[in-house]
Amino acid sequence: MKPKTVGKLIVTTPTALTIRIEREFDAPRELLFDAHTRADLVKRWLLGPGDWSMPECEIDLRVGGEYRYLWRHPAKGDMGLNGKFVDIDPPAKLVTTERFDDEWYPGECTNTIEFKSVAGKTRMVLTMKYQSEEARNVALKSPMDEGIEAGYERLDVLLMPA
Amino acid sequence: MEPQQLDRTFAALADPTRRAILARLSEGDALLKDLAEPFDMSVPAVGKHLKVLVDAGLVSRRREAQRRPCHLEAEPLKTAVDWLENYRRFWETRYGQLDALLDEMKLEKKFE
Repeated sequence: MKPKTVGKLIVTTPTALTIRIEREFDAPRELLFDAHTRADLVKRWLLGPGDWSMPECEIDLRVGGEYRYLWRHPAKGDMGLNGKFVDIDPPAKLVTTERFDDEWYPGECTNTIEFKSVAGKTRMVLTMKYQSEEARNVALKSPMDEGIEAGYERLDVLLMPA
Repeated sequence: MEPQQLDRTFAALADPTRRAILARLSEGDALLKDLAEPFDMSVPAVGKHLKVLVDAGLVSRRREAQRRPCHLEAEPLKTAVDWLENYRRFWETRYGQLDALLDEMKLEKKFE
């Protein structure tokens, strides 16, 4: 089935250390929470783009529990990360840390995901907080092989109020 | 663009007042006093924000008789926007896959 686009994904940088992603999903937040916390479900979507597979996905869903993700690409090799659950409040909120094996951005990142119910749909806000502005900017620069398409009209993406 | 320039761009953008100034300048050149008008702060305070934007190369000021209009410099901003757009599309790909999964989960729930 061809994935459909439900809502517009909005990226902002509210502070020097953070990246914020906001998007709406056409599903109740219980399903969103499961899709983010059940290993059998996570490995079905947290992929890509392109030829990446996800051979390892282990999740110990309890506060202080760890999770491990590993992605594999035929040409680019392996990319893995470890993290811990800091706060679990189903189906509203999830706070985790993450640190990549090769630390392609320095240090770790704290991910806060909030799911809000809006008329049967779910508004998701993901805030990623890095340990330095440098790390945040490296993360922002990362998906460069997607191909750049210029667009001055997209100024609104940057200028959204925090 | 050099990485330092990009860092300066993002640092300059990490403030709602400065983003509002840029949004105003994207509609056309303006004087400091006009830029300061919508804000609940003094003209010198807005001037300090303006200086950050000028130092980051996002805004330039020219001289016109006694006036010094501010002008939005599009190039460094465009590069930063390209980054964000790239990043956005990376996540949109993932969340497109999540949309598909959620549709399947909804169906499974229906037939449980």
